[in-house]
Amino acid sequence: MPVSDLANPTRFLAWSRPLLAVLWVAGLAAGLYMSFFVSPPDYQQGEMIRIMFIHVPFAWLSMACFGFMAVASLGFLVWRHPLADVAAKAATPIGAAFTFLALVTGSLWGKPTWGAYWVWDARLTSVLVLFIIYLGLIALRQAIEDPGRAARVAAILTLVGSVNVPIIKFSVDWWNTLHQGESIFRAGGPTIYATMLWPLLVMIAAMTVLFAALVVMGMRNEIYRRRVRSLEMMAAGA
Amino acid sequence: MPELSYHGGFILAAYAVTAVVLAGMLLWMLLDGRAQKRRLAELEARGVRRRSAPVPPAAPAGAAP
Repeated sequence: MPVSDLANPTRFLAWSRPLLAVLWVAGLAAGLYMSFFVSPPDYQQGEMIRIMFIHVPFAWLSMACFGFMAVASLGFLVWRHPLADVAAKAATPIGAAFTFLALVTGSLWGKPTWGAYWVWDARLTSVLVLFIIYLGLIALRQAIEDPGRAARVAAILTLVGSVNVPIIKFSVDWWNTLHQGESIFRAGGPTIYATMLWPLLVMIAAMTVLFAALVVMGMRNEIYRRRVRSLEMMAAGA
Repeated sequence: MPELSYHGGFILAAYAVTAVVLAGMLLWMLLDGRAQKRRLAELEARGVRRRSAPVPPAAPAGAAP
């Protein structure tokens, strides 16, 4: 089957089956086991390090989701393929939820570690801005009745908002932040000991699979929603 | 099993919030999917079909009307 066939909505619905759900459950079970039973406590933070195994995956996915939406938006604006807009629209609430979880778990980690739930440092503030952009995109699509116009405006806003992703990534290098610097994806390799790094990588993989599964579910729902809308318009015009 | 008593509330709260948000999102996706499928089935039952929808097989020649 040619890869281009996957861009056909009907074939997309046919191949998107619960494979991702099975992969996620297996990955999550392994990740949680490793996070609580394999990883030792941190020598400074003690058991508080367990929050890292959910905070870091959601922080990574909050940015990866926006990158995915930016690519889909570019694809929609350039090639006008409706599935690109379906993908961007479906990913938006998922990205908002993951960013919310990154902020909340980070806050719950920050209180016992820093002594404060929130500080206005560059990393935290730029992630909060990302969350607001996600909410803005959801509101924008709700506010514009014409789906085609909503898709174009949302795609442009997504591309403009994507400037914030490298700002988040490099905020700990560009500014003096309370948030720690990069410790995984950095030049010179990770600075985390292997017994903590592997559980973290498994959790990142599991949550990435969950993200993919949720996007596929959201895309299927959106394809059905658009079919319903076109049928209702046909019925109204008949 | 790690000893979670020292600041254990923060760890449990972080995992609890995560579980609630993820469960809520999964439930919302499932319910939304069911609702859209139900509306689509209702429309198709009324005879409204997409132009690209597969054509139902024609009755064989000579078959009773």
